[in-house]
Amino acid sequence: MSTTSAATRKRRRGKLFSDIGFGLAVFALISPAILFFLWMLSLSLKNEVDNMAFPPVFIPWPPTLDNFVAVFEKNDFLTYTLNSIFVSFGATGLALLLGVPAGFGIAKAQASKAAAVIMIARVTPGLSYLIPLFLLFQWLDMGGTLWPILITHLVITVPIVVWVMIGFFEGLPHELEEAALVDGCTIWQAFRFIAVPLARPGIVVAMILAFIFSWNNFIFGVVLAGRETRTLPVAVYNVISFEQISWGPLAAAALLVTAPVLLLTLLMQKEIVHGLTAGGVKGG
Amino acid sequence: MSAANGLRGRNYARNYWPFLLPAGVVVLGVIIFPWLFTLYMSLHEFKVGGDFAFIGLDNYVRLASDERFLWSVVRTLYFTVLAVVLPVGLGIAAATVFHRKFPLRSLARTIFILPMMATPVAIALVWTMMFHPQLGVLNYILTSVGLPPSQWSYDSVSVIPTLVMVETWQWTPLVMLIVLGGLASLPADPYEAARLDGASTWDMFRHITVPLVWPHIIVATVIRTIDALKAFDLIFVISGGGPGTSSETMNLFLYLQAFSFYNMGYAAAVTVVFFVIILLVSLLMFSARQQKQWQ
Repeated sequence: MSTTSAATRKRRRGKLFSDIGFGLAVFALISPAILFFLWMLSLSLKNEVDNMAFPPVFIPWPPTLDNFVAVFEKNDFLTYTLNSIFVSFGATGLALLLGVPAGFGIAKAQASKAAAVIMIARVTPGLSYLIPLFLLFQWLDMGGTLWPILITHLVITVPIVVWVMIGFFEGLPHELEEAALVDGCTIWQAFRFIAVPLARPGIVVAMILAFIFSWNNFIFGVVLAGRETRTLPVAVYNVISFEQISWGPLAAAALLVTAPVLLLTLLMQKEIVHGLTAGGVKGG
Repeated sequence: MSAANGLRGRNYARNYWPFLLPAGVVVLGVIIFPWLFTLYMSLHEFKVGGDFAFIGLDNYVRLASDERFLWSVVRTLYFTVLAVVLPVGLGIAAATVFHRKFPLRSLARTIFILPMMATPVAIALVWTMMFHPQLGVLNYILTSVGLPPSQWSYDSVSVIPTLVMVETWQWTPLVMLIVLGGLASLPADPYEAARLDGASTWDMFRHITVPLVWPHIIVATVIRTIDALKAFDLIFVISGGGPGTSSETMNLFLYLQAFSFYNMGYAAAVTVVFFVIILLVSLLMFSARQQKQWQ
């Protein structure tokens, strides 16, 4: 009797220890991300004196929104935000129009060569597209508009959408569609009225990922954008070169740029995790 | 894929080409055309605003003896090895943690993947502030626990390990997700059999889990290799390739040649070499995926 209860107690204590160890492991994994984003928030809510203090001031008290006001007052941040919205929504929308049918076609025809081109496009460095496109846009005299940036963003968004959609259309049951074809539907009708509604979750995944990687893209904008056509990441980068060390506004600007993406990730985490696990590669 | 698909045959597949056409035109314009034009450019001497002349393979010959380029290749390899090994190791460990069920698991997992979703320029700027040798928070933490301060990205020796640290922080989540996908699809039977035979947790991890998720680990490693080879945003913002040229990787070298010095022909040759390296690695990956997808 006493031996079994001792053994139970020992096992329970062992379980408790392993639970604590496991909790610590989880904490160790997520704390670099938490501490980083908290520090970003702290920098953006402190005045310049506190940001330059050493030892550093950890908790902004009283917190100030001056840095955020400065971002909009001293820079044309609203224009850059609208630029980013136009480019990312445009590049994502176009990619869906082109990429959803293409993903369907590749999956149904098992066009592995077309899939290979998409795969290679996804792994090629973004810079390698820029030399020819830069010269082409110069030659076409398209500087000063947002179109060159939107068009280059298709290099990121189209492969993401096609790749995610291939996976989704391959996973769909064929029976419904085949029955429709036998009943005299055209392939287009089978696509439009059967495959697309079934693949809607996949389209959502493709849309979110394409949007995020377009929003985050820096390299195309930094080469192609003029003063008026900067997207947000390029605009934030330029803040440092002009204002040197002014940490508060810089952290505030960085936070504003990445906040939509962080919120989208928190809200749509299931779709994002699914898409990244299936699709594997990031864009750019 | 079943035998029925094979029976439907090739002329059936031909019906689907209209679906590929619109995307095909765009891919031809913004992806294939740049590839071919870069190849063509690499055989020419061309400076923006200067003259344009066919010089055959001279750009490639010049690259082979350009010390600045060769050092950038060495640095890229150094950076890539570290920026693959650390995230893959940590990512596997993280996947085994997130595979277990625990309270608030999906919230913890979402927080864990935030670094890879966040805008790279934004996080790079904040890291740069943290690396500041005098005012940065990292040196404050180091000195307050009794360690010597570091020059982080401001010193030619520590800059690459510093960049690797940020890259690891950012991309370990992607490895974790891919390996987690593998763990989720594992069958339960071998574990039950092993447990009946009295195997320890470590034995099961070593002899069942690792062999079964090996394909996923390979895919994650190849993806990570490609991404590390072409890393740009973080390096460009945090160190700009400096101090001096001490963190100038191939991608940074390429950027400078093309858009600071405007040596377009020469930069095109760098692009081709870079492209070939990445293509070789990705072929490896495609064959790994192909086996998974169209078996």
